[in-house]
Amino acid sequence: MGFMDKWKMKFQKNEEETKEVSTKYKDGMKKTRQSFSGRINDLIARYRKVDEDFFEELEEVLITADVGVSTVMDLIDELKMEVKRQNIKDSKAVKDVISEKLVEIYYGEDDEQTEHLNLQEEQLSIILVVGVNGAGKTTSIGKLAYQLKQQGKKVVLAAGDTFRAGAIEQLDIWGERAGVDVIKQNEGSDPAAVIFDGIKSAKSRNADVLICDTAGRLQNKVNLMNELAKVKRVIEREVPGAPHEVLLVLDATTGQNALSQAKTFSEATDVSGIVLTKLDGTAKGGIVLAIRHELQLPVKYVGLGEKMEDLQEFDAHAFVYGLFADMLEED
Amino acid sequence: MAFEGLADRLQSTIKKITGKGKVSEQDVKEMTREVRLALLEADVNYKVVKDLIKRIKERAVGQEVMESLTPGQQVIKVVKEELTALMGGEQSKIAVADKAPTVIMMTGLQGAGKTTTTGKLANLLRKKHNRSPLLVACDIYRPAAIQQLETLGKQLDLPVFSMGTDANPVDIAQKAIEKAKEEHHDYVIIDTAGRLHVDSELMQELEEIKSVVKPDEIYLVVDSMTGQDAVNVAESFNEQLDITGVVLTKLDGDTRGGAALSIKAVTDKPIKFAGMGEKLDQLEAFHPDRMASRILGMGDVLSLIEKAQTNVDEKQAKELEEKMKNMSFTFDDFLEQMGQVKKMGPLDDLMSMIPGANKMKGLKNAQIDEKQISHVEAIIQSMTKNERQDPSLMNASRKKRIAKGSGTSVSQVNRLLKQFEEMKKMMKQMTNMQKGKKGKGMKFPFM
Ligand SMILES: Nc1nc2c(ncn2[C@@H]2O[C@H](COP(=O)(O)OP(=O)(O)OP(=O)(O)O)[C@@H](O)[C@H]2O)c(=O)[nH]1
Ligand SMILES: [Mg+2]
Repeated sequence: MGFMDKWKMKFQKNEEETKEVSTKYKDGMKKTRQSFSGRINDLIARYRKVDEDFFEELEEVLITADVGVSTVMDLIDELKMEVKRQNIKDSKAVKDVISEKLVEIYYGEDDEQTEHLNLQEEQLSIILVVGVNGAGKTTSIGKLAYQLKQQGKKVVLAAGDTFRAGAIEQLDIWGERAGVDVIKQNEGSDPAAVIFDGIKSAKSRNADVLICDTAGRLQNKVNLMNELAKVKRVIEREVPGAPHEVLLVLDATTGQNALSQAKTFSEATDVSGIVLTKLDGTAKGGIVLAIRHELQLPVKYVGLGEKMEDLQEFDAHAFVYGLFADMLEED
Repeated sequence: MAFEGLADRLQSTIKKITGKGKVSEQDVKEMTREVRLALLEADVNYKVVKDLIKRIKERAVGQEVMESLTPGQQVIKVVKEELTALMGGEQSKIAVADKAPTVIMMTGLQGAGKTTTTGKLANLLRKKHNRSPLLVACDIYRPAAIQQLETLGKQLDLPVFSMGTDANPVDIAQKAIEKAKEEHHDYVIIDTAGRLHVDSELMQELEEIKSVVKPDEIYLVVDSMTGQDAVNVAESFNEQLDITGVVLTKLDGDTRGGAALSIKAVTDKPIKFAGMGEKLDQLEAFHPDRMASRILGMGDVLSLIEKAQTNVDEKQAKELEEKMKNMSFTFDDFLEQMGQVKKMGPLDDLMSMIPGANKMKGLKNAQIDEKQISHVEAIIQSMTKNERQDPSLMNASRKKRIAKGSGTSVSQVNRLLKQFEEMKKMMKQMTNMQKGKKGKGMKFPFM
């Protein structure tokens, strides 16, 4: 069975589920109801011929979604070749090829699902949360704490952002909202010491999950990246096998710099997954395609608002649908 | 990094056409293709790029190749002129109301940097303009947003007006103005909650605040890392609020910042200030021409040079420039320079402004650790006078002696020697670049 067939099967099998997720995305993203393949159909229908115009609009849609110019160029080149090879003249037939290629970019060779958090049974799991200033780290931690608690887990938060004004109070309020404990020290104290404290407290409270907040930092600040690496080393030293997840929080409105963020934060802290926030706006976050493709970093969660419930597990199909939604919605 | 500057991109095309007398249509086509890619990679919006390319093409075709310029340089010149024209001149003036207080409203998406910028602006108004601003906490939504502003107020020793999270932002703003009048503040800066441009309810709230406080300035605060969506955001905020200016934040990062161009193109409002760090004095006037270079991937050389000039005394700088140019820069100069450089601020800030610095392997390490500087000093101090003048004297036994004398290792000594060579090369590039700016030889280091 070819890759495309496998994917189609998965798609059909999950149709109900997909629809539901898509609807949720739609609420967040204010998009329309039709399924992804239906939408592609619309697009195809508008162009009878697979010609330069068709590819140009495809290019525009993808670049405007922040997919990144080189990824888009490669994709379009491959599409053109494929169209030629299979001698496709009719735009309807190009649909499969587009879907196949896009999903291929995201999943690469393996279509393995790596969206789920790596949490330990019967043992403390530690999640370290990193990212640039204002990406949505603290908010996402609040949402995640709430979600894990709903699943019956005992969660503790560590207020590792000791730098930004009001950061500790912010996490504290989220802890209150989610009903979980927050371990903190004074503003200006050593973040590694706070995290160390957090681990001790989490252990003594028999917690299942410890989520560590960190101060936002731009990835070209070498000293600050070293500080982050140190925090990670403390975690490694205190709990073998930890951190079990290092989540990089990315703002979906970010353009090509997100790739640089993913690279540099990975070098410093060995990122294991991405939380893509603010997808409730009009930005598409297309850069995660390149991030997944080049760095094999999966998106684990998406943020769809500022409320506690506005965090969802990533769904590649719904996401791809989101990339195209505008193009497909026209007239 | 995956991105190349425009200069790198154009290199191959340029090689083909050097020596030709005229820029042909085909040349321009090839080069504008590269320009287009460079702009898109810098996050300039697709449609904005399209318009720009059209104009650049029209201007570039048929131009005589000036003697002093290669066709590649000429295209860069046209591109840069177009970008700079689009960005407009420098405009960092802040309005002054006929009747005090002058009211400034800060708006933008979540996480853009409004609150920090509010603090920075207040600091600037007081320090540079001798004003007495009142800060107003209207973000009742984000947890601890009010505390954040209050903490900044404390750090700056400036008053913050707040009414907690239960009050209505419109009321808060209105009361704040009354309070400012009573207490004779000449500026009021209103920090509003971050919101999505498509959130009609919250956008309505901003309109209400606006109609009540009648602000003299409405700033849209935008994260410089923003991608293609910047046009939608800027367009919506501008349509609904008729903003008066833009503040671009987090420009101390390594983003190209193409959003600046997109925003200017769709709103035609001036970008007034640039946020250059997390500290409250790190707000600078926005320089459109430098931004143009940055978007094109030519590094923020001018900022660097300006920074250097304010800290290095003129005569020394001249001498240094001579030395850089002649490659006669020695370890003694290096030692002396290190003292100067230390005064300029954190090393990695400086390094990130140098084009291509992050590509040079030796330098990548050099920029890291400020503690390393003391090692470097120790190593140089352990060299003999001759060795400092002429690093080529260095051999295994000398290196061993130096390592021992400085309490370091031979590999550390080796590393420094390598870095020193890289640095010399880079300095040469920089001086050429600087000369190019002055319009003298107009020779770019990459050609
Ligand atoms: N609309 C929307 N807003 C979000 C989302 N996630 C976070 N935000 C908002 O973005 C802003 C910044 O979020 P924070 O959680 O403070 O970001 P941070 O990364 O912790 O910021 P620093 O600690 O300052 O670096 C807040 O106003 C959040 O409410 C999301 O998914 N959608
Ligand atoms: Mg935070």
